[in-house]
Amino acid sequence: MVTTVLFWVFGVAAVVFGFLVFRLDSMAQVTFALLASFLCVAAEVLLLGLGYLGLVIVLMMVMEMVIMAVFMIMYMMNPAGLMPMAMYHNKAGAMSISVGTFVVLGAGIFLVDWPERAGGPPAEPTVALGTALMGPQMLTMMTLGLVLFATIVATVMLSTQRGRYDRFGDDLRARRPEDPVPGGVGPQRTEMRGPR
Amino acid sequence: MSLELFLLLGTGLVAIGLYGAMSQQSIVMLMMGLELMLGGIIVAAAAFWYYVAPSAVDGQVLIVVVITAMAVEMAVGFAVVTALFRSRDVDMTDMAADLKE
Repeated sequence: MVTTVLFWVFGVAAVVFGFLVFRLDSMAQVTFALLASFLCVAAEVLLLGLGYLGLVIVLMMVMEMVIMAVFMIMYMMNPAGLMPMAMYHNKAGAMSISVGTFVVLGAGIFLVDWPERAGGPPAEPTVALGTALMGPQMLTMMTLGLVLFATIVATVMLSTQRGRYDRFGDDLRARRPEDPVPGGVGPQRTEMRGPR
Repeated sequence: MSLELFLLLGTGLVAIGLYGAMSQQSIVMLMMGLELMLGGIIVAAAAFWYYVAPSAVDGQVLIVVVITAMAVEMAVGFAVVTALFRSRDVDMTDMAADLKE
């Protein structure tokens, strides 16, 4: 009974906070509405007995949304929400496609004959997950590791100010990089032009 | 509680995220829509694990993959926005539409 009440409370809250993400004007409020929605999702995962994964979602989302708040305030024109803001395009079309998707998927949920439950949850789902990731699902874990490493390289490459073409010239034929300070760090070449 | 209710919750989150991803002009807000959709997939995967095949760990592994996808999406998304903003002073999808040409 308590579990059912918690399911409805967190489920409705997740949807409401998710909807508020696109209705609020303040960027800080938007970010924390998304965080609240994710915390409700984590609570639903915890209700299903996945303690470890639920906690991982909580920890990760708190960190992620704090970082996202910084970016939101950096890039958005209305960080404090002091004036009404609407940055939409094709709002009616997006709403109709979204509602249509919900109706189609919702109909599928109730029309499909789902299979019967096979077996029961293990006594320690976290142990089962860890054993699988270090055993039969090792390839999945290795792939995730490579993806995360590639992400680190890609994000550094994308966000760095001085790339290889800035350092070695357009044809990359320069024998020595043109660095304001040795090592390839420092401001962009265009900013360094002037008396040196 | 039942599998259908959890899937309906996941569908609601996916639909709201889809609305945001399609209607928002800001790239950062678009990413928020994508994250909401991934949140819906997490709920659905956890429900499938519990109500269909709890003895197998595949549902849990899928959640791990989705959580990783969320982290990668946010990191690469912000890096792309930063690169785009540096080169062209652009942080809106409408102003970055020349990629389709």
